[in-house]
Amino acid sequence: MCLAVPGKVVELHEANGLLMGTVDFGGVQREACLEYVPETQIGDYVIIHVGFAISQISEQEAQETLALLREIADFESEIGPEGGVA
Amino acid sequence: MKHLSEYRDAGLVGGVLSEIERTVTQPWVIMEICGGQTHSIVRSGLDQLLPPEIELVHGPGCPVCVTPIELIDKALAIASQPEVIFTSYGDMLRVPGSGRDLFNVRADGGDVRVVYSPLDAVKLAQDNPDRQVVFFAIGFETTAPPNAMSVAQAKKLGLKNYSVLVSHVRVPPAMHAILGSPYNRVQGFLAAGHVCAVMGYWEYPPIAERYRVPIVVTGFEPLDIAQGILETVRMLEAGKVGVGNAYARIVTEAGNQPAQALIERVFENCDRKWRGIGVIPDSGWRLREAFAEFDAETRWDVADIQPQESPLCIAGEILQGLKKPLDCPAIGVECTPEHPLGATMVSSEGACAAYYRYGRVPEAG
Repeated sequence: MCLAVPGKVVELHEANGLLMGTVDFGGVQREACLEYVPETQIGDYVIIHVGFAISQISEQEAQETLALLREIADFESEIGPEGGVA
Repeated sequence: MKHLSEYRDAGLVGGVLSEIERTVTQPWVIMEICGGQTHSIVRSGLDQLLPPEIELVHGPGCPVCVTPIELIDKALAIASQPEVIFTSYGDMLRVPGSGRDLFNVRADGGDVRVVYSPLDAVKLAQDNPDRQVVFFAIGFETTAPPNAMSVAQAKKLGLKNYSVLVSHVRVPPAMHAILGSPYNRVQGFLAAGHVCAVMGYWEYPPIAERYRVPIVVTGFEPLDIAQGILETVRMLEAGKVGVGNAYARIVTEAGNQPAQALIERVFENCDRKWRGIGVIPDSGWRLREAFAEFDAETRWDVADIQPQESPLCIAGEILQGLKKPLDCPAIGVECTPEHPLGATMVSSEGACAAYYRYGRVPEAG
């Protein structure tokens, strides 16, 4: 139920007084309600749950996390799978 | 796909798993709250790749699983009314009530429809002014903003033919119930990332302090989950209590303010019964008085229903982390996705369904 999928906002419009948008999920496009992410601009990434954007994705946080995890993985490949660093 | 495929990178996941192995020195029991995480863990085999010291137990974060049988029976009764178009997220259709499910109602001529979003149900009400559209508003905090928006929207549009059958539940009271149990085994939590996308994690520090546990906000892809486990294990090994965030690209401490504001306007706290577990005080949301006209439970008089659960099903103990699916003698025998005894075998987030689907049940192989 709490599954949510990242997508890119490619268009904004209004319907029944609600801020809506077209969101692209790797080629598949769907309409979503953007009322809960009112700052969103075209080109931003959001995470969609049952037709609603519930959060905007922070590109900076994503890059920082991935850099950190790559460091851990690189450390692993340097010392081998058995570890052994005192 | 951006913001998805990079978190399925086997090399990175392997690196984080090795770091977990280097960090761990003693056995730890960690619970993932959310059923979506359970499925990701079992599908990717993460639980089998972890060092043997770490045991993952599966939490109650499956709204379809914990929706009380009384409410399913009410849904069946309302959906059987000839004037009703009953709408629901797809997962709910096969959940057994006392012997029947919503598919049976549909087979008997009931107008039961699956919707992708609650706004689709509102649209149905606009397009069918001579019918009563009822939406089965289940879910945790993640789903509350969409469900609340549908009610606010119906009020704004002046719809008299839209109502919701509400079964909303909240995570923090369930964590209190699990950690406060004399049988509790859980020493650390992976908090549900999308619940926290909405609510933030400002509610969790008092829980971490009170029960002396680490709680780490965690996402859903294998790399997210590996990172969440690593942070939890680091805190456990260091004897640290507190709240961490391993899903910072999505979750902030404050959460989504506009979403919390609409939840607050539409819903109020209430005691809620969780299927298989019992009543957890203050663990639910119900409609506020200002929105009472949209409450399907008062619109249809279906109060006197005596539910009957399968005596074989141990879903309640599984949802509390006391047992695991393979402890159940019925799994894969009397209980399968085609003939489920309990909701944990039905839902796409149910722990039993995960074990069955990903080949962990010998009889199902």
